[in-house]
Amino acid sequence: MAVYLLRRLVFLLVSLLLASAVLFALLRLLPGDPANALLSVGATAEQIEAARQSIGSDLPLGQQFVAWLGHIFTLDLGTSFISGVPVGPDIASRLVVTIPLTLISFVLAVLIAVPVGYVAARRSHRWYGMTLSGVSQFGLAVPIFWIGILLISFFALTLRALPAGGFPRQDWADPLDAIRSLTLPVITITIVMTASITRYVRSATLDVLGSDYLRTARSLGASFRQAMWHHGLRNASVPVVAILGIELATTFLGAVVVESVFALPGLGNMLLTGIAQHDYPVIQGVLLVSTFLVLIVGFIADVVQRLIDPRLRGNMTGQRAAVVR
Amino acid sequence: MTRRRDRSAALIAGLICVGLIIAIALVSLLYQPYDPSDTSGGRLVAPSLAHWAGTDQLGRDLLTRLMMGAQIALVAGGGSVVIGGVLGIVLGLGAAFATRWLDDTLSAVLDILIAFPTLLLAMLVIAAQGASLGSAVLAIGLAMSAIVARLVRILAKRVLAQDYITAARTSGSSWPSIIGHHILPNIWPTVLVSLAIQFGAAVLAEASLSYLGLGAPPPNPSWGSLLQQAQATVYTAPLGAIAPGILLVLLVVGMNLLADGLRDVGDPTQRRRA
Repeated sequence: MAVYLLRRLVFLLVSLLLASAVLFALLRLLPGDPANALLSVGATAEQIEAARQSIGSDLPLGQQFVAWLGHIFTLDLGTSFISGVPVGPDIASRLVVTIPLTLISFVLAVLIAVPVGYVAARRSHRWYGMTLSGVSQFGLAVPIFWIGILLISFFALTLRALPAGGFPRQDWADPLDAIRSLTLPVITITIVMTASITRYVRSATLDVLGSDYLRTARSLGASFRQAMWHHGLRNASVPVVAILGIELATTFLGAVVVESVFALPGLGNMLLTGIAQHDYPVIQGVLLVSTFLVLIVGFIADVVQRLIDPRLRGNMTGQRAAVVR
Repeated sequence: MTRRRDRSAALIAGLICVGLIIAIALVSLLYQPYDPSDTSGGRLVAPSLAHWAGTDQLGRDLLTRLMMGAQIALVAGGGSVVIGGVLGIVLGLGAAFATRWLDDTLSAVLDILIAFPTLLLAMLVIAAQGASLGSAVLAIGLAMSAIVARLVRILAKRVLAQDYITAARTSGSSWPSIIGHHILPNIWPTVLVSLAIQFGAAVLAEASLSYLGLGAPPPNPSWGSLLQQAQATVYTAPLGAIAPGILLVLLVVGMNLLADGLRDVGDPTQRRRA
């Protein structure tokens, strides 16, 4: 386990480095100087020169890359071209919205999906088992932002029960207000993520239900409950934990999109504004932080999976996504 | 979904859904009820005989824009699948044949690429290249290629370990002929099923990007951007916020059903319960 942990940690570091390099390379593919992109938002020559110096794009590429790595280590992500606000602290203040949104939705989705997926598998030949699995199949095909729009039109515009968007200016100072603002976004993400996780729980449970060891345990006199408790749960949890890391990353991405639906001042909206204004340090900073979060979550999921299932030798990373997301 | 009959039912239902969208796209190539940029219809007109689906907030005919959206969705899905499929199969076969060291490196790189979320990759490409349908398709296709490559690598290695490959080698077949005669025909059904599912995912990804204003720039009528425009007027003109979503779901559910059905048709020995 210690060796694996070390190897997986090295793999994480290499991934982080590679991701930084890819990010750097792709953003520098911009024709000409990244600061020139400011022309399109009507910056003066002096402003562009100042921007160029602030990100060091007048230096040779190799030096720039070293400087960029140095900045990552010192957590200095530069300042926004447009607002002049330091990017690092701005991202931190946005995470106050994005992280609760992601985590609450994720935990809710897991809490709902595990029993629902189990029932869908255990009663796969009853009408409600089939209905559950059909609904989850359907939930996968629905664009997340569309669910948001439909929820807004019903709960916010028709019933006028919840705000259609926005977030209190003083963040969590008034927790109740903040929670009210996050309710519809959380429901939106939870619906989609529940559908997705349910399918994995269902198929993992089906595998266990059809397994020889469960039948053997039953034939040796164990009740279904005992057999499931002693043998089934741990086996069924392996593939589920494997995908939870990915699902958490997907939830985070869902949050990025849903923030836009509900005009929440989170990381996603910061990135979109950055892209619209060609604000190079903002784009770079947000993408870097998001990528790092996703890679670190993947690392944690792999380690947990390894703890549950010692059979996974030789595999560096656990089960990965089967679709683009 | 245990029995063969259910599978062929899924295949037929999938074909109907996807066929409907393809038919809409084909019709829109030849005939559109209105010019897509014609704003003479009046703003947010309710559905009528003249405008079956009403008009949008600029007075453009919604039915016309919905029909054009089918073209964009199919191009987005098809384009991504072509890029992801070709690149993924080449990379995956390469990794399957590569030396141990190269194979390990390639697998590690693929793992990192797969861990990198498609949407973020797309935003990165779009930040560098500017928002367009091409950027979106390129980014989605690249992300997909890593997933396809991983699948192809595993499947191809499984085939390569078979005795009949050794037999073919000893009887003098070249590697290209083995790929063509043994590997591709064997892995093709599974890859095709995966590509069908990816197609739906790619359509959703493009719609998300367009919704965020990162797809093809206006007046592009992607279903994602139609939904984005309709959100502001969802209370007064609900159809505009409902119809594009239904079409999206129809196409994606259709592709998933198609994949489900193909799984059985392509490989009758495989009887999966899930």
